[in-house]
Amino acid sequence: MREANAGYGTTLRLALRRDRILLPAWVIGLAVTAGSSAAATVDLYPTEESRVAAAETINASAAVVALYGRIYDPTSLGAVSMIKLTALGAAIVGIVMLFVAIRHTRGEEEPGRLELLSGGRLGRLAPVTSTLALVGGACVALALLTAAANTAAGLPWQGSLAFGLGWGATGLVYGAVGVVTAQLSTSARAARGAGLVVVAVTYALRAIGDLAEPSPGILSWLSPVGWNQQLRAYAGDRWWVLVLPLLASVALGAAAVAMRSRRDLGAGLREDRPGPATGRLGTATGLAWRLQSRVLLSWSIAFVLFGAILGSLASSVDKLLSSPAMRDFFEKIGGTAGLVDVFLGAEIAIIAAIAAAYGISASDRLRAEEVEGHAEPVLAGRTTRIRWASGHYLIALGGSALLMLLAGLSIGASASAALGDWTHLGRVVVAALAQIPAVWVVTSLVMLLFGWLPRATVAVWGLLAAFVLVGEFGALWKLPGWLMDLSPLRHAPTLPVGSDGLLPVLVLTVVAALISAVGYVGWHRRDLVG
Amino acid sequence: MSDSAPVIDIRGLVKNFGSTRALDGLDLTVEKGEVHGFLGPNGAGKTTTLRVLLGSVRADGGSATVLGLDPWRDIPALHAKLAYVPGDVALWPNLTGGEVIDLLGRLQGGHDTKRRGELLEMFELDPTKKARTYSKGNRQKVALVAALASSAELYLLDEPTSGLDPLMEERFRECVRGLRADGRTVLLSSHILSEAEALSDRISIIRGGAIVESGRLSDMRHLQRLSIAAETEHELHGITDIPGLSDVVIEGTHLRCSVEPSHLAELLSHLTAAGIKTLESHPPTLEQLFLSHYGVAIDDGDDHA
Repeated sequence: MREANAGYGTTLRLALRRDRILLPAWVIGLAVTAGSSAAATVDLYPTEESRVAAAETINASAAVVALYGRIYDPTSLGAVSMIKLTALGAAIVGIVMLFVAIRHTRGEEEPGRLELLSGGRLGRLAPVTSTLALVGGACVALALLTAAANTAAGLPWQGSLAFGLGWGATGLVYGAVGVVTAQLSTSARAARGAGLVVVAVTYALRAIGDLAEPSPGILSWLSPVGWNQQLRAYAGDRWWVLVLPLLASVALGAAAVAMRSRRDLGAGLREDRPGPATGRLGTATGLAWRLQSRVLLSWSIAFVLFGAILGSLASSVDKLLSSPAMRDFFEKIGGTAGLVDVFLGAEIAIIAAIAAAYGISASDRLRAEEVEGHAEPVLAGRTTRIRWASGHYLIALGGSALLMLLAGLSIGASASAALGDWTHLGRVVVAALAQIPAVWVVTSLVMLLFGWLPRATVAVWGLLAAFVLVGEFGALWKLPGWLMDLSPLRHAPTLPVGSDGLLPVLVLTVVAALISAVGYVGWHRRDLVG
Repeated sequence: MSDSAPVIDIRGLVKNFGSTRALDGLDLTVEKGEVHGFLGPNGAGKTTTLRVLLGSVRADGGSATVLGLDPWRDIPALHAKLAYVPGDVALWPNLTGGEVIDLLGRLQGGHDTKRRGELLEMFELDPTKKARTYSKGNRQKVALVAALASSAELYLLDEPTSGLDPLMEERFRECVRGLRADGRTVLLSSHILSEAEALSDRISIIRGGAIVESGRLSDMRHLQRLSIAAETEHELHGITDIPGLSDVVIEGTHLRCSVEPSHLAELLSHLTAAGIKTLESHPPTLEQLFLSHYGVAIDDGDDHA
């Protein structure tokens, strides 16, 4: 065991050196997000009555409960102010740690850099254990910083510590998930995809659990995000719940160690089988499709499943309006039909942000192909740069549109079945399709940077995170309207989409086309990176 | 394009990467039907030159014409006539070697399936394996087969034998000789003098982003020097009086030196007289050449800018 772990310190230092900017930026950014949201709500709900009123509205809305979870102590300022960051925040922390873990394991192994190191005194398990240590350290730092930020914002320190530790523990679990998926797949890209599926499924499980009666249902207890909610920071601080993520992390880490001990360097779980001796691929577009089609298929399946789960929750909208006064209130402002629209609209907006993530990752393949040296041999043939780039870019645009269509069909069908009213199907599909141009605008930013500043395409992920945060917290943070309006996702029409939705859809499409065109011009002019 | 026009005509080519000057007024002419050795140490600018010729990077100054076309603007027309083997062959890990060869062949304008089969056999490459399982040498073979199976007018080969074993290297040389017999033009970049010597009609030597010498190998006498290492029974005397000898190191009965071929007989008779026990002779390495002829250590090339 000791021998297998040799070189642990060296790989850990290498990882810290490679992440010296990105990882601290994420940790500090997340802690600041928590602290500033806390500070903003402290003023928003000065009295206990105001908090109880807000909490009851939140708990009564199935859309909000499905997306963010319940408030377990309506009188607690911390519980009310951190509602959006408890489940959603923990999931974002989880995705960050997932990516970090894969970056330093399979991400090093796939291009052969790990092989370069393993000529030295480097044990087989060192990359796995040092990555777990890196993620663990980042999670501890995140936990303490978040606790400090929330305490400084005026929330009680015990609850803040529980909240921070909850985030850290959730990050640790998903980091460990990343180390495991990195053992299963030979490509870092596939490992990230599998990890994201785990995040999405566990997030959906807790949504079902949170909407169950009595809440939380058993499914909430099957999800690391659910554990973070059941820790109930600021609402009882049930410290013992922290045992669950810690045990899960240890188990996942042990599983990764066991898998790594049994497999060869560079190998996945399956051995590579011989393939065809001749190929039918003959164009750059065909190659792009070959490289991307499986990924798109996986995303499509995930979107259909996720959409079906989200849509099925529509039936709880009615159930949750248990108090007659509440029902009365909502019927006055638009009826329960309006409530269903609010619920479905919120789900479609979340799905659109995820489709934008697909658009970013699919179009960022351009950059990956170029850096990995795969673009040059193709461009040495008769393929022009524009044609080569279009292969991947059209898959990104078409794929994200396809995902929105599938999600619309899936949410719409599942919601219609749950509510017994099939008029929803068409409306939901239209609303999902209406989001496509906004998704394209986000995707086109990758093309823009690919053309002019290819090293920076990764920044679009940060922009997407910012767009989502602005949507969630912009009003709370009292951001100026023009700043919030920079997010393309805000301009997509929401349910019910009428003829007034046509203008934003057209404008967003034109904006996406213009940004793409500028990106193409840059790509046409610049040197190939190699 | 007339027959007499050079296939590659580069004049005063300049390329900067940030503050680093990668190409510094490079001139290079490659005639139709010749195999042109493009020799230089690592970092001298060989790959950058090839990438300019491919249209991957745009020159900051000077001019380059390939097959009468502008390599930056006329990409589809030009690339239909050339084949390229990159110095660092990166393959898509989940495609088989055969799939990659066919893809690259079609992108280049289609290739000869019979020739493809012959080349696979010649290089002993299994096309059914996934690219991720190939060794460096096998990845190199994939790129070579793809390029050689096409019928291009111009072949740009960037250190094409790196990773190949000596047997495969010899087969590659046969292929290049075949190309020359067919009247194709080859630009062969290498840092191995003997490889360029064995194949090239003419060579150009690049250092610090500029050509320092260009011409027929037979005209470059300093390139034909032999490095000699010998051991004799008796101590050697009067060796330094022999003309055409340089870099002489004598340690008792051990001798190391380099000699021009015309004075080799004289040296040998001296050695025989001293009771020769062992004798090694080999052409100079590029490193020795740079040291003795250009009077610089090879890594000075990097610091040129």
